[in-house]
Amino acid sequence: MAVFHPGHEELHGVTVVVEGASGRTWVGRYHETSDRGVELHDVAIHDPATATLPRVQWVERLRKFGIQVDEPVVILPPREAGPITRLAAWRAPD
Amino acid sequence: MPYNELMVRPMREELTRLGVQELRSVAEVDAALGTGEGTALVFVNSVCGCAAGAARPALSLALQHPVKPQHLYTVFAGQDLEAAARARSYFGEFQPSSPSIALLRDGEVVHFVHRYMIEGHGPEAIAADLVAAFEHLQEGVGSRE
Repeated sequence: MAVFHPGHEELHGVTVVVEGASGRTWVGRYHETSDRGVELHDVAIHDPATATLPRVQWVERLRKFGIQVDEPVVILPPREAGPITRLAAWRAPD
Repeated sequence: MPYNELMVRPMREELTRLGVQELRSVAEVDAALGTGEGTALVFVNSVCGCAAGAARPALSLALQHPVKPQHLYTVFAGQDLEAAARARSYFGEFQPSSPSIALLRDGEVVHFVHRYMIEGHGPEAIAADLVAAFEHLQEGVGSRE
């Protein structure tokens, strides 16, 4: 089903998981992709260097309790932005 | 910043005409949720497209089911700021998002439909999830009908 934001990309406004090349994971509402990178709003960030939970459990916790926002806006440069998956469709890797 | 009230009134009425009681102040929220008795649904309304295209129609469909929570409430995020914040204070660890739908039994959230579970889904799918949650919520509790 389409999201109701005419003129925007299909994922605009959708909560996504972005797997970063750095090993960080970013979960937030997709805004757009531009030359500057992937822009997310209301973003929760998992950094394996500081996180108290492993990434899979962290995402599962977000799915249960919702997004605890770390940053209102994040722009991930193209070198960082990896695969983008809807949070609702995200599955832990085997 | 809240939108013009004339613009959002139809969004409120889409719920109130279903029998959902709108809570527009902290006092109204506390009066409704403060007792923590029975089963309740709290619909966090929103001006966004997924509220219009998915969440509100889904609630309308789900409420056609004979089993539903004893109390039906709504607060409007981004419009009635204090009331929405107060309602969210009853949701425990569940983070704010809008639209969203909380189901409570005796004051505890037992099911929560986050915005991400609404985005990109049709009303029928969301309603089916709600109906299943209504039935689970009512286990051991008297139904509204």
